[in-house]
Amino acid sequence: MHAFYQFITGPMAWASFALFFAGCLYRLVSMIRLANRTEKFIFSYLSLKYGFRSILHWLIPFGTESWRQHPWLTIVTFAFHSCLIITPLFLLSHIVLWEERWNIRWWALPDTLADVMTFIVIMSCIFFLVRRRVSPEVRFVTDPSDYFILAIVIAPFLTGFLAYHQWFAYRFFVLFHILSGEIMLAVIPFTRLSHMVFSPLTRIYMGSEFGGIRHAKDW
Amino acid sequence: MDEPAPIEEKKSLDPGLDIGISRLTEDKIQKTINAIIQNETGARLKIYVETCIHCGLCSKACHYYLSHDNDPRFSPVGKVKQTLWEILKRKGRVSPDFIKKAALIVHTECNLCKRCAQYCPFGVDVAYLMTVVRRMIHRLGCTPLYIQDTAHSHSVTMNQMWVKGDEWPDTLQWQEEEAQVEIPTLRIPLEKKWADIMYSVIAPEPKFQAQLIYQAAVIMDVAGVDWTMPASIGWDNSDMAMFTGDNEMMGRIKRTHFETAIRLKAKKIVMGECGHAFRSVYDMGNRWLGWKMPPVPIVHAIEFYHDLIKNGKIKIAKKYPGTVTLHDPCNVVRGGGLEEKARWLAKELCEEVVEMHPNREHNYCCAAGGGVINCGPPYKMDRIRGNRIKAEQLFAAKTKGAKTLVAPCHNCHSGLHDIIHHYGVGLEIKFFSDIIYEVMEKPEINGG
Repeated sequence: MHAFYQFITGPMAWASFALFFAGCLYRLVSMIRLANRTEKFIFSYLSLKYGFRSILHWLIPFGTESWRQHPWLTIVTFAFHSCLIITPLFLLSHIVLWEERWNIRWWALPDTLADVMTFIVIMSCIFFLVRRRVSPEVRFVTDPSDYFILAIVIAPFLTGFLAYHQWFAYRFFVLFHILSGEIMLAVIPFTRLSHMVFSPLTRIYMGSEFGGIRHAKDW
Repeated sequence: MDEPAPIEEKKSLDPGLDIGISRLTEDKIQKTINAIIQNETGARLKIYVETCIHCGLCSKACHYYLSHDNDPRFSPVGKVKQTLWEILKRKGRVSPDFIKKAALIVHTECNLCKRCAQYCPFGVDVAYLMTVVRRMIHRLGCTPLYIQDTAHSHSVTMNQMWVKGDEWPDTLQWQEEEAQVEIPTLRIPLEKKWADIMYSVIAPEPKFQAQLIYQAAVIMDVAGVDWTMPASIGWDNSDMAMFTGDNEMMGRIKRTHFETAIRLKAKKIVMGECGHAFRSVYDMGNRWLGWKMPPVPIVHAIEFYHDLIKNGKIKIAKKYPGTVTLHDPCNVVRGGGLEEKARWLAKELCEEVVEMHPNREHNYCCAAGGGVINCGPPYKMDRIRGNRIKAEQLFAAKTKGAKTLVAPCHNCHSGLHDIIHHYGVGLEIKFFSDIIYEVMEKPEINGG
């Protein structure tokens, strides 16, 4: 057990961070190179002003017609994405690890708040799952990969939640938590979770086309 | 026996499509599709397909989806799933039957209106993905018959409606003579060099709506505009090849159009009230030819009329009576930002204007554009049934008092005409030029 812990907090942690950062960079650079090779015109239409105007509107809850038409989804998706990113970065137990290993530290969330945020991520994933099963328009376009990425995302939060509360099988959940978190990081660039990297690009391009050429709002 | 007999629905007949499909084999399909994916697509296709998170938020943007009681097969992403995803998943190896189904989806169930791009959090351009599939259908020779016929007309005559070389100037002279009854000094200047404006129209105008040329000539004459029309090819700004995926032909048509304006040394091109032609000269055709923006400035009729009235070149004798509602055509509003100018114009011309909802760039499409109406009679009812939501929107405007519907686009005009008649909405449809011609101050008739 100890050797396994050593492995997942040592080489495997390195590997997952490397895959995450290098993978994101690789996907980003190769996509931009592909655009440069096949559809160079895209760059001549790009406008930072209109691109970021578009991103800004879509980053505001209920800031677009589409968000307003789906109030529940809007609330859940904004809560989900913010908790998903903020909780692991500012969790006290994670920061302690950084401090032990690298002697760096930063501000941490109160444990209770982090616990609530973790719970929000878990419940959001369940909401997405139910929506996939229940909404005909979502169900129709759902394929196994959608369930796969949902499982990948919920796993570290669910196991982290169970480990934190130490209700049962603490050691198992800690190990599983570390492992699933690493798996999530590692697969982000290579699954449709890569929308993390690509969605700003598509948004900037569409925002530029709508703002600069079409003189119309894309929100 | 009070109940009406059940009406058996006839399967649409499209020999062009059926013959095209009968010539296909899976090998041929795979080879053609993969050549397109390899040589003609790139980052956009890849990023759109890989980034889409299958959330379905685009669904409510689509008038087909809304009109079919939220049937997921008609959602934008649903159409991508049934066509492109499947093609990519099977690496291009799909059956002729699949191609037939795909051809019907991309040609008759999507107007390329791009409303869904406004509802997708990532800005995935589903209309672009649909045009990629249309390109495949074109290269496989399975484009629906009627729209393929217009594309053939473009390639033979450089206009959409098989208007022959002599018929064009003949029609202009005919309209000139007609208009001279009203204004004896009126001319439709042909082939005049260095004019401020080359006026271009779509081929249906000389073919069966010649009065629109008459009205435009009267407006130009009264406003004292320095204008001309070409006597040669290049007068037609329409472009169905753009919608069939015949990009090479789209390029030829647009090149001819722009080069005609350049040959005549016109300062700019003013175009009639057409949406798809605007898309073709302002967005797609110019890009195909390597121009970021059109090489000759393009002014759509809405903007042109707006400026004429704003600058006092045309004066209003008496405002158009009754209440009017305005339809925002996607190609000039979502595609060109002319919504406020159209509103200003409507309010200047008409006694009262009420809004339909949604409006401006969120307006519902007419379901005729994007080449759908050009797929012809076999699909007419699909098109009308696919836009029940538009009828509901128009009914709502009618309950607010609207009697007249202004639709400053030819495709919208024809599509809305069908919808209004089928659903019994009871609105009169007008172009801006119809209304301007009716309400403008004109010189007194000289000698009767």
